[in-house]
Amino acid sequence: MTPKRKQRMMLVGLMLGGVAMAVGFGVNAFKQNIMLFHSPTDVAAGTVKPGQPFRVGGMVVEGSVKRSDTDLNVYFELTDHAQTVPVSFSGILPDLFREGQGIVAMGSLDDQGTFGATEVLAKHDENYMPPEVAEALEKAGNMPGTEANYGSKTVVSP
Amino acid sequence: MIPELGQFALILALCTAFVLAVVPMVGSFTGHTGWMDMARPAAAAQAFLVSLSYACLTWAFISHDFSVLYVANTSNTSLPLIYRISGVWGGHEGSILFWCFISALWTGAVAIFSRALPPVLLARVLSILGFVSIGFLLFVLLTSNPFERLFPVPVDGASLNPLLQDPGMAIHPPMLYLGYVGFSVAFAFAIAALISGKLDAATLRWMRPWTNIAWMFLTIGISLGSWWAYYELGWGGWWFWDPVENASFMPWLIGTALIHSLAASEKRGVFKAWTVLLAVLAFSLSLLGTFLVRSGVLTSVHSFAADPARGLYILLFLGIVIGGSLLLFAIRSNKLKSTASYELVSRESALLLNNILLVVACSAVLLGTLYPLFVDALGFGKLSVGEQYFNAVFVPLMLPILLIVGVGAMLNWKRDKLKGRSTTLVVLGVASIVLAAFLTSLLTHYRISAVASLSMAVWVSASTAYGIFYRFRNKRKRLSAVMHTPAAFWGMSTAHIGLAVFTVGVALTSIYNEEQTVRMALNDNHTVGDYDFEFTSLEQVRGANYSAAEGRFQVSRNGDAVSEIVAQKRVYDVRNDTMTEAGIDAGLTRDLFIALGEPLDGGNAWSVRIQSKPFIRWIWLGTILMAFGGFLAAIDGRYRRVRATAGSASAKSTAAVGSAVTGSAAVAQRSAPAAGATGSSSNITF
Repeated sequence: MTPKRKQRMMLVGLMLGGVAMAVGFGVNAFKQNIMLFHSPTDVAAGTVKPGQPFRVGGMVVEGSVKRSDTDLNVYFELTDHAQTVPVSFSGILPDLFREGQGIVAMGSLDDQGTFGATEVLAKHDENYMPPEVAEALEKAGNMPGTEANYGSKTVVSP
Repeated sequence: MIPELGQFALILALCTAFVLAVVPMVGSFTGHTGWMDMARPAAAAQAFLVSLSYACLTWAFISHDFSVLYVANTSNTSLPLIYRISGVWGGHEGSILFWCFISALWTGAVAIFSRALPPVLLARVLSILGFVSIGFLLFVLLTSNPFERLFPVPVDGASLNPLLQDPGMAIHPPMLYLGYVGFSVAFAFAIAALISGKLDAATLRWMRPWTNIAWMFLTIGISLGSWWAYYELGWGGWWFWDPVENASFMPWLIGTALIHSLAASEKRGVFKAWTVLLAVLAFSLSLLGTFLVRSGVLTSVHSFAADPARGLYILLFLGIVIGGSLLLFAIRSNKLKSTASYELVSRESALLLNNILLVVACSAVLLGTLYPLFVDALGFGKLSVGEQYFNAVFVPLMLPILLIVGVGAMLNWKRDKLKGRSTTLVVLGVASIVLAAFLTSLLTHYRISAVASLSMAVWVSASTAYGIFYRFRNKRKRLSAVMHTPAAFWGMSTAHIGLAVFTVGVALTSIYNEEQTVRMALNDNHTVGDYDFEFTSLEQVRGANYSAAEGRFQVSRNGDAVSEIVAQKRVYDVRNDTMTEAGIDAGLTRDLFIALGEPLDGGNAWSVRIQSKPFIRWIWLGTILMAFGGFLAAIDGRYRRVRATAGSASAKSTAAVGSAVTGSAAVAQRSAPAAGATGSSSNITF
């Protein structure tokens, strides 16, 4: 092997090694950070074990939001109109969090079956429904009309 | 009447784009000079027509023409003028028309500044840009017509999403689009090179300033988006690895790789096929970004309306562009032979390493962004990939880049020995760690991670500074040597220093960030870090088109008053949207950030998020430096000089194809001696 070729091979070897390492890191990190989405119906059916992190989405049940008087804890219920999941959260809810609207929460179930949310995402636009929520509602056969699914041809009256 | 004029102009623009895409391209194969000469006037006509159309839509916004559906959906009589102008790109239809507008402007700019290009190349480049225009103009006309009328005419419009009523948001999309669409120029050159089967130094030299400018706009656009998210979303974060952010970040990563590999291809004739592939990828990822953002597959502030027809159209267009160009690449790339060899320790190797790291990083981001979509499309359920994945993969990949960036930039082309410099570099390396250790002791807590990341940042600056010094070490007239150094060198150094500044910002913000969410009643005190926050007043205020609860917080440190922070919770009139307007006391070494959450106990107390974010400004300061570096590199006089050389060459030559060869020969002669020599005088090349 000429010195030049040797160097070239070293370069190629270094790069292959680097890429292999990156792929290794990547796949490993990937496995640990995938979070599944489940609907309240899935949760009620017991498909998720307590402690396992996942995302749940649905509509916030009207009148279910209860705030603590002393700290920042909030309790509410999330429904796909077939089943309901109780959710607890501590912190500031997003601006667009309202009763009767679709949200997605991340967290895990505790032993009592309450979903402890670490993060709550509400849509950025009141006419926009998170696709996951829309689908979960559709599956449960309870898509509440089309006004929630903001069609491009709709005009929202001021 | 005006909206119809806009629509009509748009249809005419589509016809012009067809002419532009077909006639000069055919002419370039048959050798009809007249056909090829159609390219420039057609590009100019297209630019005029699309601008006219865009002006018509803007007029509809300014004049409150609610008989236009799009205006009725996104504007309102109470909307201030500036947001009526920026509101034009505030919704789906308008933003796609805006894309067409920018694309037409870029095409027009290429037509204006390219008189010196060989006619065949120019005809093909403009043709390909015309083809891209067809894709987007058809998209507007077929699926998202912004001029659609509405009857009966509503009295008032539905108004703009309040999140978008913000100066940062007003200029973020134009910058981002200038970047996205700007890569179409590099793409057009790459495809033209694949068609002709050759990519000479003159063409590459041509691509460089265009790519740099596009990259600069993309850099500004992404940082504006990040800055906006920081102060407007009320979470105090600056980057969330949100799919939409990733959609703009992937073309940036590939674009960064592209501007580096263009340097190697132009100067040394290596990595040619690779450069072409990167140019194709950069633009493809820009299109993919548009698809992700506009088709409504993502849950985000950017996805307006989920209309399957639009998603399908963009997907088809994406398929044609990516599939077609990759097919062409597969068939023709073997013609693009690299001409030079290089050794392990050389600038080529350093650039190659940079490229590989950036492309791998981009692939990791792509995987994390698309995997959930694939899984969903295949019906295996819904999932999402967490932020931790991106951090875990991305950060280790960036470390080697920080290590080599300064040293790589001071290596010679072809072959180099670090002998004579290695001692200095080792000393600099040790000094960087010592300095970082000292600097960390000035911060609030001592953290090893802070020492490590600061050493990296100091090392990048030190090695870049040493590179600048090394360049001028033997010059007798230092000042004149400095004055005569090409702008591109200063651009590169500025951008690399920007990377160091950015690293400081990212590292210190993530390590020393302090965040507390608390319940505060009026006159309550709360301490975060060294700072004491007192909730001093709460009142209702009235803005132009919103009313707000405004809380005032007195900030003090060790008893000394620091500042007063005003945070608002706004409710916008028309759409009744609630929005957090965070109060920020900005500073070079720290930001104090207060966001009002929700009223508790019927308004007696509020939930308040208080954050102390050290050095967060450095993040955007770094990106500004990077963008400025890109700008400096693009205005380098050498590119203009080549233009003159190529121009005289093509003027002399009568045969259209011949001129390209002549032009490249002239350049090759000029750069060959400089690239070959390894002495100190060779440093003219960069």
